Amino acid sequence: MTPRFVLGRIGFYTLIAVLLAFFTIPLLWLVTAPFTSDPTYEVRMPDFTWENFQAVLEHPYALPSLWNSLVLSVGTALLVVVMAALAAYALSRVRLPGRDALLYALLLLSSIITGTAAMVPLFQLAVELNLIDSQLGLILILTGGLLPAAIFMLKDFMDSTPKSYEESARVFGASPLQIVRHVVVPLVRPGLATIAVWSIANVWGNFLMPYLLLSDVEKQPAAVITYTLYTEGGQANLRMLSTFGLLYSVPVVLMYLFVSKKYGFRFHGGIKR
Amino acid sequence: MAAIELRGLTKVYPGGVKALDALDLVIPDGEFFALLGPSGCGKTTLLRTIAGLEAASGGSVLIGERDVTGTQPGGRDVAMVFQDYALFPHMDVTDNIAYPLRIKKVDKATRRDKAAEVGARLGLEQLMDRRPGQLSGGQQQRVALARVMATQAQAFLFDEPLSNLDARLRLEARTFLKKLQRELGVTTVFVTHDQAEALAMADRMAVMEAGHIRQIGTPAEVFRRPVNTFVAGFIGSTPMNLLDGLVRGDTLEVAGCKVAVPALAEGRLSDGEKIVYGVRPEYMTYSDEPAEGGIGGKVAIVENLGASHLVTLDVNDVIVQAVVPEGSEPAVGDDGYAVPRSDRALVYRDGELVS
Ligand SMILES: Nc1ncnc2c1ncn2[C@@H]1O[C@H](COP(=O)(O)OP(=O)(O)OP(=O)(O)O)[C@@H](O)[C@H]1O
Ligand SMILES: [Mg+2]
Repeated sequence: MTPRFVLGRIGFYTLIAVLLAFFTIPLLWLVTAPFTSDPTYEVRMPDFTWENFQAVLEHPYALPSLWNSLVLSVGTALLVVVMAALAAYALSRVRLPGRDALLYALLLLSSIITGTAAMVPLFQLAVELNLIDSQLGLILILTGGLLPAAIFMLKDFMDSTPKSYEESARVFGASPLQIVRHVVVPLVRPGLATIAVWSIANVWGNFLMPYLLLSDVEKQPAAVITYTLYTEGGQANLRMLSTFGLLYSVPVVLMYLFVSKKYGFRFHGGIKR
Repeated sequence: MAAIELRGLTKVYPGGVKALDALDLVIPDGEFFALLGPSGCGKTTLLRTIAGLEAASGGSVLIGERDVTGTQPGGRDVAMVFQDYALFPHMDVTDNIAYPLRIKKVDKATRRDKAAEVGARLGLEQLMDRRPGQLSGGQQQRVALARVMATQAQAFLFDEPLSNLDARLRLEARTFLKKLQRELGVTTVFVTHDQAEALAMADRMAVMEAGHIRQIGTPAEVFRRPVNTFVAGFIGSTPMNLLDGLVRGDTLEVAGCKVAVPALAEGRLSDGEKIVYGVRPEYMTYSDEPAEGGIGGKVAIVENLGASHLVTLDVNDVIVQAVVPEGSEPAVGDDGYAVPRSDRALVYRDGELVS
């Protein structure tokens, strides 16, 4: 080992440490600030108070907004998974002229639908359809935005599962819906779990759409409520913000852990290669 | 149980490949029928069209005298074993075997009992709780068989069910499958490209080429009397000698040698005709001495077949092969003479058997 090599290594690890610190400090702040009586922007040793949580509990909209987030994200995820699974299965198994062009066009359009460009027309559409200020309306619009990408990803999954499983079930007399339920869904379960998690995380973190389409504060999700946590003086309320932020992120982290433990595996065998 | 009948069955794939060309075939009730042919000749297509997984482009399929040409696979009352077995990887052996019954809405307890019964019959008792991924190839094959047995279908369709097994297991499975079919008495169509398998197992067999059936018959008929040069060249573990020749009066001139007209073709040939003379290496008697009616040449290659040897003679630049029993094999470079058995030799005119 030459000194040059050693110096190089030291430099490399220092760089990594600095980079890591850059990303860990905000996270550290997030787990310490809620337990500190008077949090600032610094990371400090907390004094383990529960007062901040008390304050969040007493806030009239904080906890309900988390519930709203849950309703919106789970509702959207369910719709996305069911519809994307059926569409992707059909697209994967039925020969359609121009199928790939259709998929790419959908994918391209989807990034526009929930993007800023379509804000005004979407708002007007919702008004016309009487879906303004309705969680169902929001769920439908979010579903529309996520569906194309979900179909695209799931179709890939379906394409890679052998057809002979389904053909075998068909010869035994299974109907197309039975085939989907008994054979296809269990086979692509990891894919469905991925889509569900991705949809939930997407909706959970979405600020713009609910901000735009839900004006009733009782219906707004956590992402929008966070935006309203100010002190009377117009300052960011760090006690509320940090505590609420922590409560807001924990469910998503738990979900990732749970799903990766439960579905982070693949089936092997049954098809001889 | 039911007979299978195909009338003028044609299958053209999108893109214009004609995989089956106006095929007629009758498979009587309870028969073990083998479909044999080179790769790409349409065997799988034929099986899938009988099962209903491919729609026929023309002609009709009858199962038990019922026209099922337009019927969905599930309504045809047939069961199929796929080449890759297609066992559901997320279900254990019991659920796999019971799956056809689940579709028929049989209640869970009856299903489990039936699966256990069929499984026991195929020696799967110890494996009923395993997933397909935890089974060996031979065990998977038996589960696939158990699953089709549980359907109690009118006919079984097997697409190369033994091709994934190693040579030894394949022999065992062959015997097992044949015995099972005998006991069940279910009409069975069996696709294979291994002719030994077809010859050993089938009651009758068909040899296919490019969407046509070239010969149908019992394995003995197909082996002894191939009706055309395609079947003659395809069947047999050592390929048949097919030699160009000429009719010269009441003998034949083959590879510059004189041989007798085979019994089957006697009185059916005219002088000067061009023919192909066919005889299996197994039906040649080899000797070191010049022999009456023998084809003589230099020994070019000697291949060991185990209990016998395959001797390749170079006869005026034509290759002639003969099987020689062990112990009397010649050395390379020797002069050798092979005498065809005239009751087994065949003559083909324009590719068709003269008989
Ligand atoms: N889905 C398909 N689309 C177009 N052509 C096909 C399709 N399936 C098969 N073919 C063609 O039809 C012909 C018959 O194919 P088939 O699979 O029936 O052959 P096979 O006798 O089973 O061959 P192997 O012994 O290799 O399995 C082949 O020329 C093949 O290329
Ligand atoms: Mg095939």
